[in-house]
Amino acid sequence: MLGRLTWAAIPFNEPLPLLSAAAVIVIILAILATITVKGWWPYLWREWLTSVDHKRIGAMYVLLGLVMLLRGFADAIMMRTQQAIAVGDAQGYLPPDHYDQIFSAHGTIMIFFVAMPLVIGLMNFVVPLQLGVRDVAFPVLNSVSFWLTATGALLINASLVIGNFARTSWWNYPPLSELAFSPDVGVDYYLWSLQISGVGTLLTGINFVTTILKLRAPGMTYFRMPVFCWTALAANLLIVAAFPILTATFVMLLLDRYLGMHFFTNDAGGNQMMYANLFWAWGHPEVYILVLPAFGVFSEVVATFSGKGLFSYRSMVWATLGICVLSFMVWLHHFFTMGAGADVNAFFGIMSSIIAVPTGVKVFNWLFTMFRGRIVFTTPMLFAVGFMITFVIGGLTGVLLAVPPVNFVIHNSAFLVAHFHNVIIGGVVFGALAGIHYWFPKAFGFTLDERLGKASFWCWLIGFYLAFVPLYVLGLMGMTRRLQHISDPSWQPWLLVAEVGAIVIFCGILCQIAQLYVSIRTRERRLDLTGDPWNGRTLEWSTSSPPPAYNFAVLPNVETIDAFWYMKRTGRAPVKPAYEAIEMPRNSPAGFVTAFFAVIMGFSLIWQIWWLAILGFLAAITVVLIAGWSIEREHEISAAEVAQMERAQLR
Amino acid sequence: MTIATIDRAPTAVPTELARGRGGGGPAPKRIVVAYGFWIFILSDMIMFAALFAAYAVLRGNTAGGPSGAELFNLRSVFIETMCLLFSSYTCGLGALSAERRRLDFFLIFGALTFVLGAAFLFIEVSEFAHMVEKGAGPSRSGFLSAFFTLVGMHGFHVASGLIALVYLVAQVIANGLRAAVLRRLLCWSLFWHALDIVWVGVFTLVYLMGAS
Repeated sequence: MLGRLTWAAIPFNEPLPLLSAAAVIVIILAILATITVKGWWPYLWREWLTSVDHKRIGAMYVLLGLVMLLRGFADAIMMRTQQAIAVGDAQGYLPPDHYDQIFSAHGTIMIFFVAMPLVIGLMNFVVPLQLGVRDVAFPVLNSVSFWLTATGALLINASLVIGNFARTSWWNYPPLSELAFSPDVGVDYYLWSLQISGVGTLLTGINFVTTILKLRAPGMTYFRMPVFCWTALAANLLIVAAFPILTATFVMLLLDRYLGMHFFTNDAGGNQMMYANLFWAWGHPEVYILVLPAFGVFSEVVATFSGKGLFSYRSMVWATLGICVLSFMVWLHHFFTMGAGADVNAFFGIMSSIIAVPTGVKVFNWLFTMFRGRIVFTTPMLFAVGFMITFVIGGLTGVLLAVPPVNFVIHNSAFLVAHFHNVIIGGVVFGALAGIHYWFPKAFGFTLDERLGKASFWCWLIGFYLAFVPLYVLGLMGMTRRLQHISDPSWQPWLLVAEVGAIVIFCGILCQIAQLYVSIRTRERRLDLTGDPWNGRTLEWSTSSPPPAYNFAVLPNVETIDAFWYMKRTGRAPVKPAYEAIEMPRNSPAGFVTAFFAVIMGFSLIWQIWWLAILGFLAAITVVLIAGWSIEREHEISAAEVAQMERAQLR
Repeated sequence: MTIATIDRAPTAVPTELARGRGGGGPAPKRIVVAYGFWIFILSDMIMFAALFAAYAVLRGNTAGGPSGAELFNLRSVFIETMCLLFSSYTCGLGALSAERRRLDFFLIFGALTFVLGAAFLFIEVSEFAHMVEKGAGPSRSGFLSAFFTLVGMHGFHVASGLIALVYLVAQVIANGLRAAVLRRLLCWSLFWHALDIVWVGVFTLVYLMGAS
């Protein structure tokens, strides 16, 4: 009846996960109770859960990413603490099985449910506004994308309480991830949560490629698009080209595990290295899916806070597209030790080093943008400068790792761990945080507290260096990654420094929570009435903060790059002539309800409750079919209503 | 031309802007929908490409089990192929009938497409059943895992296409050949033709090259 699910699935004998899960459940119940008592459900349902407004969906993505950041960070600090104390005779507080689950969950969550939602959330909020249009190409699909991503996040967190998570790291390499070596639900949690959220991400990619290529304000030719839109385009092209590979790879592994096939098994003609190749054929573009939009954020931030147009816009665009193409030609550098031979390794080593060229172009463009600019050191600008220094260091260690002979020595070591945290924290996380600080006033109509923002920046920057420079050293000293126990006591001082770094980063996160709290409490004093708090250059700053549901009462006419800057300089501020009626997409519960059934389906597949899985699947399909039946998906906002709303905002 | 010409271009955009590098403002809905669907098809092709690659890697790994030359029956595969290719022809005729608002012809060609697609699927499934009977099921070897997954994934797409066809014909009967329904039909015919292209790859790489 319930497949593999029994009471034994609840880890009563492991107090740590049980208590933390209980705490999370209590918090969730408290939040739900508050919403119920205050009667917020109708508002929440109408304005958020069923919303197809790209701004709302973007905000929900970012919120999801930040909440999951707390989960992923909790995993991180647990690992750091274990490594700092489990030296020599001491065994630490995490048994190996639990430790393995933690590092697997940490990587999986940070990539798929922190970095991706943050980046996709920013693209959702910003891209249509920068393009000067009213929504994305497929608004209902956008809501489906978000809720499927949330489904994956929910499933992966369920593994904390019910059953366990994979011990196979975030790449989930076979044969360890095959049924013979991982017979329980851990790997299935990994596979189904990523498979379901992957569908959402693919739909996002399709949606945004179509939006950017087909929906732009009149006059916005390709070379008048803001750089963030270019990087979003490149990232979404990569999503469309790379995520199907991941889907197919996971399908094969699922077939191995559920139907006894032999894609990646040791016996009967399976081939494990095929998994590594397929996984990284997705995995390396994924790196650029994350970091290219961050580059876009920095381009906007640096130009705005230097009071200058971006230096060499065109070379920035070509560098972005160059990285987009090159990212598909380097995947083998993730396993030089496979034994493909010197020629193959040399090719992939050289290609990997070549990516540093367009990236270098970008760094010089940002530096020259700042050169002789009137730089204002706001929080987003601090993150941008911190990024430039940190990311260059991470890039250089990356070039070092791209040299195959060096790679044979330091691969799978703490040096590698330091390298990719260097580029992901220094690039993606700093980019997301800069973007959040930069666009927050646009999204919510008031600015964030600068003092706490700066404090959080310094904590993140110093904490990062404290936490990861020791790992570079340890890697060179020979420490491999993913150690549950440290046998060499001479490594401990470095690990203690790294632990301090993690605590400093935690202070940064606390500053951000405090910043959010303080800013919301004092929002009346920090209202952004102009819609343009930073003296911005691109079209999103030409609307009110927050923008009306339709973004622009009249679509702007674009004549140059940095269109809004040009309008301000030439005195052609967007005057509102005769208003016309606007057609906007109607709210739709399709995304939320589909995801609800996807949760049921995913959970039953993990636990092999077949009848419920079939019911969940059929219900999800039925929702899609019902949603696809409708003829009229738009509702009209009349010209009079538009005029009234615009007057209210201009007041 | 196909049904793509039915929606009119919006009048609000000045014609001089509509040319060139996409400076003409938002595209009309019909173009946006078809374009998005093209992107979806491209992503689907990449998923198939990964399965093709896996097949290419594993095709020799028979683990002492039967190889393609021992299993494939080119005569039934040829009939299968003809069914699918002709179903694309009738699908095209159906699209033309929809464009001309000939509901009667549309329903006839829709039914023909369905029958041909179902025949394809029937032959494929009976071939699969035959192989499993002989002990050459998907869990026999790496080669057979890759074979059943690649060909089966295509068959799964055909089956989904048939369900979608029934669903869309029901929409046409309920709501008539109006713009929203025509857009969905356009997407469906793109999907159906794309499955042909995948099948050409399967027929060549799996069956013709495997049977020799």
